[in-house]
Amino acid sequence: MAIQASEKGPTSSFGERLASFWRSASVPIMAILLAALIGAIILLLSGANPIDAYAALFKGSFSNARAIGRTLEKATPLILGGLAVAFAFKGGLFNIGGQGQLLIGAIVSAAIGFGLGGLPFIIHMPLALIGGAIAGALYASIAGALKAYTGAHEVITTIMLNFVAINITDFLANGPWKDEGIVARTPAILETAAIPKLDNIPLGFFIAVAVAIIIWYLLFRTTLGFEIRTVGLNPNAAKYSGILVARLTVLTMAISGFLAGLGGSIETLGVVGRFQPGFNVGLGFDGITIALLARTHPLAVIPAAILIGAMQAGSSQMQFDAKVSFEIIDVIQALILFFVSAEMIVRWILRIRADGDGGVRLSSGWGQG
Amino acid sequence: MNNADKQVVLEAHGISKHFPGVIANNNVDLTLHKGEILALLGENGAGKSTLMNVLYGLYHPTEGEIWIKGEKVHLQSPRDAIDHGIGMVHQHFQLVPVMTVAENVILGSEVTTAGGRLNMRQAARQVNELSQKYGLAVDPSAMIEDLPVGIQQRVEIIKALYRQADILILDEPTAVLTPQEANELFHIMRELTAQGVSIIFITHKLKEVLAVADQIAVLRRGEMVGTVLPSEATEASLAEMMVGRNVILQVEKSAAHPGDVILKVEDLAVLDDRKTSVVNGVSLEVRAGEVLGIAGVQGNGQRELVEALTGIRSVASGHFFIQGHDATHYTPRQITMLEVAHIPEDREKHGLVMAYPIEDNTVLNQYYVQPYSHNSIVDRGAIRSHANALVKEFDVRTSSVTALASTLSGGNKQKVIVAREFSKPVKLLIAAQPTRGIDVGSIEFIHKQIIKQRDNGVAVLLVSAELDEIMSLSDRIAVMFEGHIMATLPIAEATREKLGLLMAGSHS
Repeated sequence: MAIQASEKGPTSSFGERLASFWRSASVPIMAILLAALIGAIILLLSGANPIDAYAALFKGSFSNARAIGRTLEKATPLILGGLAVAFAFKGGLFNIGGQGQLLIGAIVSAAIGFGLGGLPFIIHMPLALIGGAIAGALYASIAGALKAYTGAHEVITTIMLNFVAINITDFLANGPWKDEGIVARTPAILETAAIPKLDNIPLGFFIAVAVAIIIWYLLFRTTLGFEIRTVGLNPNAAKYSGILVARLTVLTMAISGFLAGLGGSIETLGVVGRFQPGFNVGLGFDGITIALLARTHPLAVIPAAILIGAMQAGSSQMQFDAKVSFEIIDVIQALILFFVSAEMIVRWILRIRADGDGGVRLSSGWGQG
Repeated sequence: MNNADKQVVLEAHGISKHFPGVIANNNVDLTLHKGEILALLGENGAGKSTLMNVLYGLYHPTEGEIWIKGEKVHLQSPRDAIDHGIGMVHQHFQLVPVMTVAENVILGSEVTTAGGRLNMRQAARQVNELSQKYGLAVDPSAMIEDLPVGIQQRVEIIKALYRQADILILDEPTAVLTPQEANELFHIMRELTAQGVSIIFITHKLKEVLAVADQIAVLRRGEMVGTVLPSEATEASLAEMMVGRNVILQVEKSAAHPGDVILKVEDLAVLDDRKTSVVNGVSLEVRAGEVLGIAGVQGNGQRELVEALTGIRSVASGHFFIQGHDATHYTPRQITMLEVAHIPEDREKHGLVMAYPIEDNTVLNQYYVQPYSHNSIVDRGAIRSHANALVKEFDVRTSSVTALASTLSGGNKQKVIVAREFSKPVKLLIAAQPTRGIDVGSIEFIHKQIIKQRDNGVAVLLVSAELDEIMSLSDRIAVMFEGHIMATLPIAEATREKLGLLMAGSHS
């Protein structure tokens, strides 16, 4: 091995880049294909034609402007939920509380949206948007602080805080913030708080994409991102190098919660138009699938979310055309999650060599400070 | 002792083990006779552990064959090795601290009554029998966590014997022992061999080898250099076999010119993770331009002392001052800002982020200052040219600074750390086990760097378990025992014998 500290600049050859892309993308891509394959077998067994079903799925998600608009609309909260989980992963934390943070964000943005009248759009909408995100951040920092200062594992606390969030938001939507009428929901947001659509394309989608780029920049180009990744990869070395690990843990959770909360806000202000219990179920949990599918890379979260969003957007077309139950979509999504998390299985099936830095570290393990 | 009469119990022929880019063992032959203590001598990184892992079924050799008691074997796993009567006592014990001796011994081969109920009484009886037969003196009902290290090691030996092992591999068993405990271990080893057990004893300590071995096999860079009898060998001849040339144990250095006190420690007490006091009132001073070595058997508070002085562990009582600042309650970063460099004891745990490229590891201590970042935005170009310069200056063997730190060999990892720590102004260097487990070339290089820093007026606090390292680098030597400094000797007065007694806690 020669000492070759050559000026091998940041621009490596196209071939190298392709090889490096394939190393990280092969498992997710194969996971999707395997899941689709097994999904097809299940469709066959249930008497449906898988080709028709998948064609209908595609038609319902990409065939025209309205379908694409629906896909992007579905993908928007998924991008933010995926970013929330991916960002926490980079800092060595497994945030399962995306759902709770999203609910808190959704109801707070709804409250600002219907409660504060007389503001112009240019102030009201951003205020409601950011207000929900900050609420999500504060809510997530509870779990961050518990982890940092008492050692309580974030997997446990975020799961428990999900239930707390469900009950708080149910109470608010059925009590103090209840709309007139019998349905338990908040009043509709004012027009000045709503996120508009450009033709069929929801503006929220572009906000989510912009946020993904900002998160990528934060993680890989700022000292804060360097610190977060250092803590995530080796908290001992982080402490040794002078990083205040406890404080950073709280901050990482807060930013993660900010992203999940923002997802809730955009969904409320851009799609649902109010807070209604039961309307945002599962969005936070899909974030885990998406983060793993994206191998925790903030930019890869975008295509991963679009894929899952497309499956959700196209599922009713599939049910209509091919007469298959849309639950098959949940099965395929679960299979994708299964294959990306059990990536050894995929590598074994496809004989893909493991790359040096391995996959995603799911958790720092129970009870390790 | 005539080996020709003795039965060969284990034979390895032409063992080679290749890892990507590394030949850990190359065509190694090894022969072990019944009732013999075979010392396997070699430096860290010479391939001893690889060879033993091959014999224990943990690695599959690239080439070569293994014969046990006249039968050719293919060891697929440690389970196979155990079935063939091989037992291994690892350097890091594989014991469950909250279980008793007997429970640990039977773990995995439990004695059960009909219906699968544990028969602890019988287990305890068997442990007692083994303990008495070989003079091990271990109480089966004692809790592992309450036992001293030396006794825990005996539990590991009993574990192997309980599994009918008659070939024992002891991997650096004395690294964690006091000289007295080591002597007791040697008695036990002789007792075992007298009763027909054969032992492979791995070490890199020459004195122990001469004291206890029947045969000495020396490994160097993955190859078997030769096998000698203790009666034909001296420490010097063994050392030469180990490194392939006359080792200059004495690092070339001129007399020290101590200047101002840079580090002043006053009556410092520090607790370990279990909240027991392991540093008990340590006071010391290190001056600019001198090396103060801290000698001692591992586990006498050195690690916690270093962690306290670098801000990683909080101080229970007492104070310490760096360049006149009371740094007792400083954070690690505040201490770094006082121009302190720290070579940590565990390079993979504290020193490096293994999943980071080398270049990121070279700025762990200063990524947040100019020129590596401006207004909290990282400057990748500045980091890369910094890393390239360091890799060149410190002769780090790597294909690129973008390679992950985990791809480097031990010596090169350590060089990255040393390079990083010396790449900014330094007034105080705290070096813990700076050359543990690395190759001779890197050791020499790092030793020279430390002396160079001293000659530039840096105050050096050196903590090492290697007495030779302490003696060759230090200007003064403090001996630590059970959290106290037993004595501080100028290098001229420090002899191995004196230091050895102090390390064992004796003042005479």
